[in-house]
Amino acid sequence: MIRSEVLKSIVPVLDGRLVVCNIGLPSQELHLLHDQPSTFYMLGTMGLASSIGLGLALAQPDKVVAIDGDGSVLTNLATLATIANNVCDNFVLLIIDNGSYGSTGDQPTYAGRKTSLAAVATACGCAHVIECDAAETADVLRHALESDRMTVIVCKCESGNIPVPVIEIPPVVIRDRFMAAVKSRAAS
Amino acid sequence: MTDSLSQKIVDDLVANQIAFVTTVPCKQLAGVIEAIEDCERILHVPSNKEDEGMGLCAGAYMGGKRPAIVMQNTALGVTLNTLATLIQFYQIPLPMLISYRGEIGEKVACQVEMAVHTKALLNQLAIPTYHFHRPEDAAELDGILKHTQMCKKPSAILMDATFWRGAA
Repeated sequence: MIRSEVLKSIVPVLDGRLVVCNIGLPSQELHLLHDQPSTFYMLGTMGLASSIGLGLALAQPDKVVAIDGDGSVLTNLATLATIANNVCDNFVLLIIDNGSYGSTGDQPTYAGRKTSLAAVATACGCAHVIECDAAETADVLRHALESDRMTVIVCKCESGNIPVPVIEIPPVVIRDRFMAAVKSRAAS
Repeated sequence: MTDSLSQKIVDDLVANQIAFVTTVPCKQLAGVIEAIEDCERILHVPSNKEDEGMGLCAGAYMGGKRPAIVMQNTALGVTLNTLATLIQFYQIPLPMLISYRGEIGEKVACQVEMAVHTKALLNQLAIPTYHFHRPEDAAELDGILKHTQMCKKPSAILMDATFWRGAA
């Protein structure tokens, strides 16, 4: 399975959830597959999906899924230490690890060679780290969300992209409708 | 024990409903960081790097907590992309309490190398910038924090060595 197939498989799990999605093709693919106001699409700023997701999870009680990539996590590797040391059980970090920088032409990442992001997360002190095959991702994610404990999932999948249009929604609209979705949960 | 100027800064943050602060250490801002850590109304999440901290702040803001970041001016360079493509692009209000290292009284020559670029970089990014040089300048902080929320922009509050020495 390639990343877009993984995303397609987890759409039913993400439906109605607060989601922070990584820059580039992951956001574009998820936008094409299942656009919803409670998904925050990153249009820039490589590496910060996990940080935005953690800040969001720390600030309000609803569950948050941050979808990141191996290349992006390598850009902001110390985020795993911040996550480990600021435990919040409403946060799930899903790293879709295809061993390549997909949005820039599938150049290989070090995560596809010797570096294990699951091992790094564990070494940083993250208590619940699961590495899974692509086909298991939906079940693992669903279970993590039901478990009420902060979880880092590293989903190993194949490299490859599908043609997708860029996201035309203005950034302030993405932010505004996302915040409205957060607020409506707090009110309910 | 926290000095009175650091406490005044944190009191202003609380009065303006700043409820999430991320910090990257600085000797000059050690008192502020300590007062933030001790403040029950602020969630303090130290970050490893300033751009990571801004990501945390963006998430906290969308989660309903007004954020602020405490950092050194020497780190401004690593935050330029994040300021432009996250904080400014999505219009997130973010007060940046910045120690202005490399100004008069600085003992480390290398700090001057970023000090000479600090205001130019902030100006290039069109970030509202305020320079606290004397202790009485801190009286402006309350207004700056309100202005930052109103216009939904990042703002830079540069606090130099003279500001802190004058308060000692």
